[in-house]
This record gives sequence, C-alpha cells and structure tokens, in this order.
Amino acid sequence: MMQQGQDGSRPATMKIHPYLYTLLFLVLAVILSIAIGSVYIPPLDLGRILIGWLDRATFSEPLKTFAFILTGIRLPRTALVLLTGAALGCSGAAYQGLFRNPLADPYLIGVASGAGLGAVLAMSINWPYSFWGLLAAPVAAFIGALLTVFLVYTLARVGKTVPTTNLILAGVAFGSFATAITTFLMLRSTGELHRAIAWLNGGASQAGWEPVLAMLPFLAMGLGILVLSGHALNLMQFGDDQAQQMGLPVTRARTLILLAASLATAAAVSFSGIIGFIGLIVPHVIRLWFGADYRRLLPLSLIGGAGALLLADVIARSMIAPQELPVGIVTALVGAPFFLWVLRRAKNQGYW
Amino acid sequence: MLSVEILTVSYATRRVLDHVSLEVNSGEVLALIGPNGAGKSTLVRAVSGVVPVESGYIRIEDLSRHYDLLSLSPMQRARLLAVVPQAASMPPAFTVWETVLMGRTPHLNFLGQVSAKDESIARLALQKVDALDLSERRVGELSGGEQQRVLLARALAQSTPILLLDEPTSNLDLHYQVGFMETVGTLAHHDKLAVLVALHDLNLAAHYADRVALLVGGEITAAGTPQQVLTPELISTAYHLQVQVIQHPFADVPLVLPGNK
Repeated sequence: MMQQGQDGSRPATMKIHPYLYTLLFLVLAVILSIAIGSVYIPPLDLGRILIGWLDRATFSEPLKTFAFILTGIRLPRTALVLLTGAALGCSGAAYQGLFRNPLADPYLIGVASGAGLGAVLAMSINWPYSFWGLLAAPVAAFIGALLTVFLVYTLARVGKTVPTTNLILAGVAFGSFATAITTFLMLRSTGELHRAIAWLNGGASQAGWEPVLAMLPFLAMGLGILVLSGHALNLMQFGDDQAQQMGLPVTRARTLILLAASLATAAAVSFSGIIGFIGLIVPHVIRLWFGADYRRLLPLSLIGGAGALLLADVIARSMIAPQELPVGIVTALVGAPFFLWVLRRAKNQGYW
Repeated sequence: MLSVEILTVSYATRRVLDHVSLEVNSGEVLALIGPNGAGKSTLVRAVSGVVPVESGYIRIEDLSRHYDLLSLSPMQRARLLAVVPQAASMPPAFTVWETVLMGRTPHLNFLGQVSAKDESIARLALQKVDALDLSERRVGELSGGEQQRVLLARALAQSTPILLLDEPTSNLDLHYQVGFMETVGTLAHHDKLAVLVALHDLNLAAHYADRVALLVGGEITAAGTPQQVLTPELISTAYHLQVQVIQHPFADVPLVLPGNK
C-alpha cells in the first residue's frame, strides 16, 4: 500500500473520504481492543452487553463476568490507549510541521524522554495521593518536555534550518541522557518508583478510570489547539520569512503550537509511559495517502494515532499471553524499520 | 505608492543598508540592480518586515490612505504588500491550488477558512499568470518556471497594491525569464500595481523596468530611467568590471556587455 503514494498518485476515493477510512480503522481497533485479552469476549456477547446496558438489564453468566471485565479493565484501558495514541499521532504531525522535518517524533527528538524524566522526578518527591499530587506528574512532565524541545532545537539548529541528522542526533543523545537519569532514579529508590519501570516502557499498566480522567483536560487543551493549527503549519512549510510575508505572526504561532504539542506529549507520557514511533509512522502514512495539508493531517493523525496504538496494544497483550509486552516494544519493532525507510526516502527525495 | 525613506539595516555590527531611499509609484516597475552582497535581498526582506529595521521609514499610500508599514502587524502588512521569493524554497507536497489559496491568508481567520470569493480571487490570480491548468498538480512536479509563476499567483491572491520580487528569474531559462517579466510588466501597467523587483540580469532590467535603482555596498548610487543608470561608467564602477553599453537594434533600451573596447 505504501507504493501507491511513492509517485504522488493515489486512488481518488482515498482523497475523498479520508475521515471515513480513518474512523473505520479506529472503530475496528476499538472493537478488537475491547474483545481481545486474557479473556476473549466474542463480538456477539459484546453487542448483547451493550444492548443490556441500554435496557438496564441484569446479566447472567458468562455475560456478568464479561460485563465486569469490560467496565473494570477493558474499557478504561482502551480509553487510555486511545487517548495516548491520539496525543502521540497528532503531536508527531505537529512536530514534523514545526521542524519541517519528516523524522520529528516525540520519542526520536527526545521530548518523550524529557517528559518521562520530569514525571519521575515529580513522583520521586512522593507527593500525597491527592488532587495536586496527581497533577504534579503531568505538570513536571510538561516542563520536562518544553525544556527538552528548547535544548534539542538549540543544539540541532544551523542558522535558520534544523537538518534531519542534527535533530535526530541531538534528540537521541538528550533522550538517552534523560532516560539514564530516569533509570538511575528508579533503581536507587524502592517501592512506588520501582514499579514505574514497566510504565516507563509503555506498560499502560495503570488501571481504572482515574488516569483517563486525569489525562483528559491536558489532552483537550493540547489537541484542541493543534487541530486548529493546520493553516498556520501549512504556511510555516514555506519557511519563516514567507509565512510572515503572507501575514502569519510566526513567532507567536510557533510558540503556541510548540506548547500545545508538548502538553499533549507530556500528558501521554505521564499516564502511559514512553512510547516511540507512533508520532512518526502515523502522520507519514496519512501524508502518503491523503496529502500534506495540515488542516487535514492533524485531525487524521489524531484518529489514526489512536487506532494504531490500540492495535499495537492488542498485539502487546496477545503476543506472549497470558503475559503482556510493554506496548512501546511493539511500536519499536514496527517503527524502527519504518524509521530507516523514511530516512532513506528523506535522503533521496527531500521533504514532502 | 511605496516609499522607503532613509532606511538603515544592520546585521550585528555590519551595516547592510545605509540610508536607502526610493519610491515606487503604482503602475510602474522599479528594478533594483547591483552586485552580489549589495543588499538587494535585504532591502526586500526589510521592506516586507522580516528583517528588523535600525532606522528610517517605510510608507505606503493606497486609495489615498497612508500607512506606516513598520508599525503594522504581519497580517496588516500582508494586505498591503506581497512578496514573490525565489522558487527554490517551495514545499513540494502542496498542490498549486492549495499554495495559491494560502496567499489569501491576510484576509482569512486563524483557521484559514476560505469563501467562494477567496476562491474566485485565487482562480483569477492563476489566470493572470497563465497557470490555471496547473491547479491540481503538486508543486514538486512543476518546472522552475512553473513554480515561479505559482509564487507570483500566490502573491497576487493577497490582493495588495504593492508587489516585491526577489530575483524571481534567477533560476529560469530565457524563455521563462521573458514570459515572467512580461507578466510582471502587465501587472504594473495594466493592473496599476507598484512593483519593486530585485534583478541580477541588467538587460532584463533594461527591457522591463520603467526605472532602475543601482544599489552598491548598501547605498543607492544611481536611480532613473534605464538609459540614465545603465551607463558604462556607473556599471563599471559598481561591478568592478569593464563593460560596454550599446543600443538594442530594434528597441529603445540599452544593452550591457562585458569587455574592453
């Protein structure tokens, strides 16, 4: 399917119904994510439970157990993974547009690791389990993400451009540094932080609705701004000078988009750990199939990111069942070869 | 009408433009010529507001209203003045139509929502540069000459009284150079735009400019009709090169040729 976009041509239907296709993909991924796990819930029973809920009926076995698994485990987890994927896909597209670089991804440019370090630092202080305590990790992650973006961008910049290799080198170097400190903090501590190791690799092991609800306001703000920034990002593809000559207050727009993308990334990292490559793969595939217009690319990457991470999570849960792989390992297994393919492409064709 | 008054621009400690003054009236093409590094691009960038100005004024008079360009926001500025950059820096993935519609930005909200009126203005702009048939193509698939016409259409879509062009013909072959400058001339003379164009090619300037300004080392050393500015003395001094100036066999324009007598 990748081949179709290579010469710029693509099936006309793909262009007409991009939202239909991505939404269908998301719905399919949601159904799979709800149905598959250590206990398989057949789609037919899923439907019965849904109808039962609408009728406020009481269930008999095995529906009763299924319903319990659904509300207690599957649905919150699906919601958390969905939101995380949406954040990573959409902010990945935004970073690519901001840096005018096809390899920008929250993970590869180190922002996710920076956010992770922030979150772990906040957790290591052992805040009380209260409203402000729950808030500390995402806020610290946000600050970590912003500091990382600033550092990596400054390190990688040559004059007015950010060459691909510089960006990735600076991002990977800083990311490794942040991860090293994070790991150190975790290993020398006991208890709570020790368990966070699985989380940091994208374990998505936090259960229940609390993390979902805690994540929502950050995501709503970050992603809300991002999906409205398409026109500004379109203009920025022409470079700062031309964007400003066409009437865009470039510095203000860039700051706003950077804040929004980092907020979304930080929220995703605080509650789901560091998951790489979703922000790279999804915007790329969307761009190949549906074109480069950021007004469409951002919302489509949001939907596609959610679907892609749900699929990865299903694989992570079922590959070595009954044990679970961290979902970050699944995305890396698929993402790293994809990264190499994009790198080759970027070298041959420049950015498109 | 665009008037630049005693404009001074410095990069760090180096003075790139030194008390530059010039005027471009609506309905005329002013060609800005001068050797590399003389400050032609800096002048275009300073006037368009992307390079900070140390001192001086940039004023625009349009429909008997006066504007002080340096005090305006990027959005307000882009309604008065459009820039055609060199084609080298275009993102290749957008279609021609998407690119030209982006020229409507100063008249749109942050979301970039376009109305039927915006679309008809964009269509007209594409017609004026004879590129309407390229609408559905991706910019990356176009030749350099076609890309340059698309950038001109994008600038026209901004619907501004002033048009600035920064060496628009430097990547084009002779056929495209001539066609492009013909279009620019029509925009000035027929649509009454005030056009300031930085040009490398002296003979192109002689052919298509109503007036010529010679910029050397950040200062305007001569300004006037092509005949007044394109003289052996002025050009030889500016470019550190012996040149001959002869009359075009059929047209009333000077031709500049390198070489001794």
